[in-house]
Amino acid sequence: MVELALPKNSRVRTGKTWPRPEGATNLKQFQIYRWNPDDGENPRVDTYWVDLDTCGPMVLDALIKIKNEIDPTLTFRRSCREGICGSCAMNIGGINTLACIHGIDEVPGKIVKIYPLPHMPVVKDLIPDLTHFYAQHASIMPWLETKTQRPEKEWRQSIEDRKKLDGLYECVMCASCSTSCPSYWWNGDRYLGPAALLHAYRWIIDSRDEATGERLDDLEDPFKLYRCHTIMNCAKTCPKGLNPAKAIAEIKKMMVERQL
Amino acid sequence: MAFVTDRKRVEGLGSARTGTEHFWQMTVTSVALLILVPLFLLTFAPLLGEPHAVVVDRLSRPIPALIAAAMLVVTFHHFKLGVTTLIEDYVSGLTRKIAIIVMTILSYGLAAAGLVALAQIAL
Repeated sequence: MVELALPKNSRVRTGKTWPRPEGATNLKQFQIYRWNPDDGENPRVDTYWVDLDTCGPMVLDALIKIKNEIDPTLTFRRSCREGICGSCAMNIGGINTLACIHGIDEVPGKIVKIYPLPHMPVVKDLIPDLTHFYAQHASIMPWLETKTQRPEKEWRQSIEDRKKLDGLYECVMCASCSTSCPSYWWNGDRYLGPAALLHAYRWIIDSRDEATGERLDDLEDPFKLYRCHTIMNCAKTCPKGLNPAKAIAEIKKMMVERQL
Repeated sequence: MAFVTDRKRVEGLGSARTGTEHFWQMTVTSVALLILVPLFLLTFAPLLGEPHAVVVDRLSRPIPALIAAAMLVVTFHHFKLGVTTLIEDYVSGLTRKIAIIVMTILSYGLAAAGLVALAQIAL
């Protein structure tokens, strides 16, 4: 259900301002959301200054620099640093994206504001709890389902049918899209969200998959699928340039197709 | 406190196996309104400022009466479908069910009132 105000213990306060590095001339201000579940305090926003002359170009470079040189308690996920693992998804300058492929100079304004992905429970600092998100992904059976006896060599697929998976298989499950969707904010407990639905469509249109009907049956629900109102935040924010809204629209078309 | 797995929480009560009819009805009524709204405006907008007798005379003719009746039925059906979605989005639990019942009564009630009024004028 819609929530228009944060609970009292989630209201964000102004935090600590860390000292500027001495002798630096090319400074950039970073305001970063901090919350520690162990201290019982409200979330706060700390201010850091980073010398861009000694920092890599991406937001993740700055975060690593802050953690290494200024504040080792700053907590965030990161792994591949090249937009493949999806670990470092966060809200940067008001946009859900991957810190590793988002340039510091791409952030509008003088201050780089960094928050965890919106409307998700926070584990600590910039780390959201994605347990429910991953369970939703698992629920759409993200694997090949077949009934025909397994062929001796392989399940064959034409070049044309393989092309249908382009724009879908590239999703790295970073959750940027789902956490940018107002429908997912209000009804994320029942609405599967753009990421899970994009993956569902990836398997529905796979020419080798033989569970199309069952997959559509499972999705045909006012909340699981039809909470999508084509708001398009998902397509706008996807750091991989994918279009989950289009995938959802295709699923809706197939739903109508099998009834008329 | 409930020891429920994440997967169990996501599965919930399972798929309702419905929603497509609602989606299709929204599409059909939207297309119908795309045709009806210009027709309605073409028929009745010129009557603005005309005397009462002229308006009654226009509504007494079969085609304008048909357009007005179709507009009432389709508009309030579309309204009912749209507001149902809105309520499902923003309201939960028992309040959601009550709001949907009230809104449905209101929609069909207004449509019926409009049709009765139209019939009284046209017949």
